[in-house]
Amino acid sequence: MEPLFNISVITDNFTYFMIGRFPHGPLGGVGLTLYLAVVSCILSFFGGMILGLLSVSRFPAVRYPALAFINLVRGMPLLMVIFWMYFLLPALFGKIPENNTVILALSLFTSAYMSRIIVAGIDGIPKGQTEAATSTGLKSWQVMYYIILPQALRNMIPSFVNQFVSLIKDTSLAFIVGVSELTHVATQINNRTMAFPTEIFAFIAIIYFILCFAFTSLSRWLEKRLSWAKAI
Amino acid sequence: MLNYTFDWSIITSGQYFDWLLAGLITTLKLSTISIILAFLLGLLIAVMRMAHSKPVRWFALAYLEFFRNTPLLVQIFFWYFGSYKILPAFINDWLNKTGFEFAAAAIALTIYTSAFIAEDIRSGVLSIPKEQMEAARSAGFSYLRSMQYIILPQAVRITIPPLVNQFLNLAKNSSLAMTIGVMEMTYQARQVESYTFKGFEAFTAATVVYLVLSIVITALVNLYNEKVLNVHKAT
Repeated sequence: MEPLFNISVITDNFTYFMIGRFPHGPLGGVGLTLYLAVVSCILSFFGGMILGLLSVSRFPAVRYPALAFINLVRGMPLLMVIFWMYFLLPALFGKIPENNTVILALSLFTSAYMSRIIVAGIDGIPKGQTEAATSTGLKSWQVMYYIILPQALRNMIPSFVNQFVSLIKDTSLAFIVGVSELTHVATQINNRTMAFPTEIFAFIAIIYFILCFAFTSLSRWLEKRLSWAKAI
Repeated sequence: MLNYTFDWSIITSGQYFDWLLAGLITTLKLSTISIILAFLLGLLIAVMRMAHSKPVRWFALAYLEFFRNTPLLVQIFFWYFGSYKILPAFINDWLNKTGFEFAAAAIALTIYTSAFIAEDIRSGVLSIPKEQMEAARSAGFSYLRSMQYIILPQAVRITIPPLVNQFLNLAKNSSLAMTIGVMEMTYQARQVESYTFKGFEAFTAATVVYLVLSIVITALVNLYNEKVLNVHKAT
């Protein structure tokens, strides 16, 4: 009798799961998953910073459009954002590689969530700091840039790491537009071999778990360390 | 883009309107079934997470960490493609008869969401003063009965706003069910796009539906917070 589970499908395709056809072809698998997550994380940090600062602006004409945009994106499923990008970007700018479409969609989507983290971080700094800085003669952008943000950003680090974990999970949706990250690689191998879906999907679930859990633990450790530093 | 002519009539009436409406109904059906099951499962996991027995606590913790740290899409694929090997034969038969796509999506959404709900309930329980538990225990209630009659009814009241937000997340997450062929909102929008090439209109329709859903639900949560819990809205 054959064994219930057959892990040879995993061991045979292990390199393909990890890096796709790299270095003889495009990067795929876990490598591409991490690449998408890291690039989108960096872009959405800046996107979130811009949106966050706009949404706490003193001028209603700046604040309300920014808030409307943030809530628009937060009200949509990520899949919808990916479809919009997949459909709009080529219409506006001509042909764009799928990887970039997905990076832009992920960055836009995550920027909206990042902006909330940044606003919460800014709100978390006591008002006295702003007042003290203003009374020394700093302009309001200087107060933000030199006094508030450096302190706020440090407190936000755990939330950023959590957002990065969400991004790793969200990259799996790149599968839908044919980007060969880990989930796409798994469906490919599943379609080719036919007989081992349980093994394949359990295996990639474990891979994602290891990646995400490592960063979740890092974020918890940072949170403890930061609260300890604050208590001193 | 410049040569594009808008034609909103295709989505406001006729066949394509019917498709989108059917999609919305499927989305709501899938989300409602899953949120009810996820609440019950989440309640169970939350109680296990706070139990005295160490193995039970560890099991609940492993469950939470595993399902919160894996992508929902992978979980959907796992249940859709891979569950036949680990489920008993009679369940597989029943699932195949009742429409396996919908069931697989509901199972995945339920389990994924239950992990988040369990943490919401746990923080609700932790916000109840521990004297309540001590008083209940000294009045002769067992641990489970104190939970059932004293702690959980209070905790659930506080947990309702995060629960409603989980419903909203669930409605958005249910869009992933399209990947296994459940004909929900996003699936239908995509379908209308491929039949008519009117992607702009189709995606706008779906986006507006999701937005209205989230605005209505957020407004309800704020109302509940103000009227019932007497707290000012957070954002």
